[in-house]
Amino acid sequence: MTTSGLLNHRFILFVFLSLAVLPFLSDSRSIYILFTQIFIFAIFAMSFDLLLGYTGIVSFGHCMFFGIGAYSVSLFLKNFDATIGYFLLGVLVAIVLSGMLSYVIGMLSLRLKSHFYAMLTLAISQLLFVLAEKWRSLTMGGDGFTFPVPELFRDRLSFYYVCLILMVMLFVILRAFTLSPLGKVLKAIGQNEQRAEALGYQILHYKVIVSIVAGVVAAISGGLYAVMLRFVNTQVFSIETTLDALLMSMIGGLGTLFGSILGSGIVELAHHGLTELAKLHPIFERWVIFLGLLYILVVLCFPSGIVGSFQEWREKRKQRSVQPAPITEQVE
Amino acid sequence: MMLQLDQIETYLDQFHILQGVSLSVQAGSITVLFGRNGAGKTTTLRSIMGLAPIRHGQIRYRGEEIGHLSTYSIARKGIGYVPENQGIFHDFTVEETFRLAMQKNDDEQKEKLAWMLDLFPDLRHYWKKKSGHLSGGQKQMLAIARAYVNSNGLLLIDEPSKGLAPIMVEKLMFHIESMKQKTTVLLVEQNFMMASMIGEQYYLMDEGKIVRGGAMQELKDDADTRQKYLGIA
Repeated sequence: MTTSGLLNHRFILFVFLSLAVLPFLSDSRSIYILFTQIFIFAIFAMSFDLLLGYTGIVSFGHCMFFGIGAYSVSLFLKNFDATIGYFLLGVLVAIVLSGMLSYVIGMLSLRLKSHFYAMLTLAISQLLFVLAEKWRSLTMGGDGFTFPVPELFRDRLSFYYVCLILMVMLFVILRAFTLSPLGKVLKAIGQNEQRAEALGYQILHYKVIVSIVAGVVAAISGGLYAVMLRFVNTQVFSIETTLDALLMSMIGGLGTLFGSILGSGIVELAHHGLTELAKLHPIFERWVIFLGLLYILVVLCFPSGIVGSFQEWREKRKQRSVQPAPITEQVE
Repeated sequence: MMLQLDQIETYLDQFHILQGVSLSVQAGSITVLFGRNGAGKTTTLRSIMGLAPIRHGQIRYRGEEIGHLSTYSIARKGIGYVPENQGIFHDFTVEETFRLAMQKNDDEQKEKLAWMLDLFPDLRHYWKKKSGHLSGGQKQMLAIARAYVNSNGLLLIDEPSKGLAPIMVEKLMFHIESMKQKTTVLLVEQNFMMASMIGEQYYLMDEGKIVRGGAMQELKDDADTRQKYLGIA
């Protein structure tokens, strides 16, 4: 591992450890909830990053998997006992449903140009939105419903740690996934699809795999989100949910995974901070405008996102000092 | 015969680009496809690779019909393709590029890699460097080497001299010529001077059709044809 790579890993470890000790520094319930939300959206944004950042697949309806996760868990906890077992069963059902749906969508649209996937996901997510609105006997429509959560999740602190551990675990798994030979093929597809195919890779196969993985991870985040709110309504299927993931991963840096965590933190903290400022001056009640300005600033100053820009800067420094490798280091 | 195209017709959207192209490439040779811009040379290579699917005709590789296979299947048959723009994965280091190309990673591919690194020492020198940071000539070398390690006897190379300095073109052509001992090459090139030095067979394309073909020496001796179809005396 190179020195810069080691520093990168040390920084990531430092961030995760800081988040682990945060509850010892503050016992504010609202801080726990805020950070729990950051962790959940970080998982969701990482799943989106797999699609767009690594493979170049644009999805306008990624919220459908988030919504499937949210409703699946909520319905199990509402209609059966509020136990960890039913929570896990709800997550399992969400994983299976999301996996199947993303497989079907992928097989139907990923053999065509990428905007077909974007349009199909948008159409299906809106279909699910309407279905959730109309099927009131099950979902209570736009009013939504509350439900009890398992004992472990009732305590905000323990749920904070559950979400943090899940985020770190998924980050490690997805990072290993993107660094694997399969992940390298995905990156090659993202950079030049035809070239990857001309090297003998059946790109549809790889694109469907990544679409399933992204769908499943998004469903897990949706399930956690519903548990955090102890409430679900049709907003989980709204396009704003997809846009949140897009902005978080873009601000942090597409194709970096860690950027999604950072992006989620920035967006959620900015949202929270601006809402708090509304108590001081009415102009901050229009916090969406300030959030928009923040997006514009970040996109102008860091076109590759924060982590992406940092990596580019580091890469330039590294390339200046590249030395020939000893022959023994070549492909074994 | 290594490769045979029989009356292939290709459309790009509604445009009829290749209008009955027939050519053959002998094993162990360098065959050069000449023609002006827009003659259909690149589309011919893309059609062989399945990137521009043919509507009519046949493409046979080592006697097997491959004209209606998908691109990845054609690549797996052993045809290596170096596109006009090199098709480099900019974020990949030279090492990662070869790892990606060497799917089998068997002794044969390792041997090919070793030979390529001997032929193009720059690639060994910049083993850990990102491909996007290589010079134009180095990128071209990488694209050719990548296609070679992944191929099994036939390389399709599209205008390797494009955008390169004359000294680099000369070096590259020398390398392509030395590859003849281990592979067969179908080369698309506009630089007649250089390509005619290494090619043994030629085909001349105009408006989506093959208008001439034969031994390279015949074209070298035929100033009228060169003037008419390539605009050079």
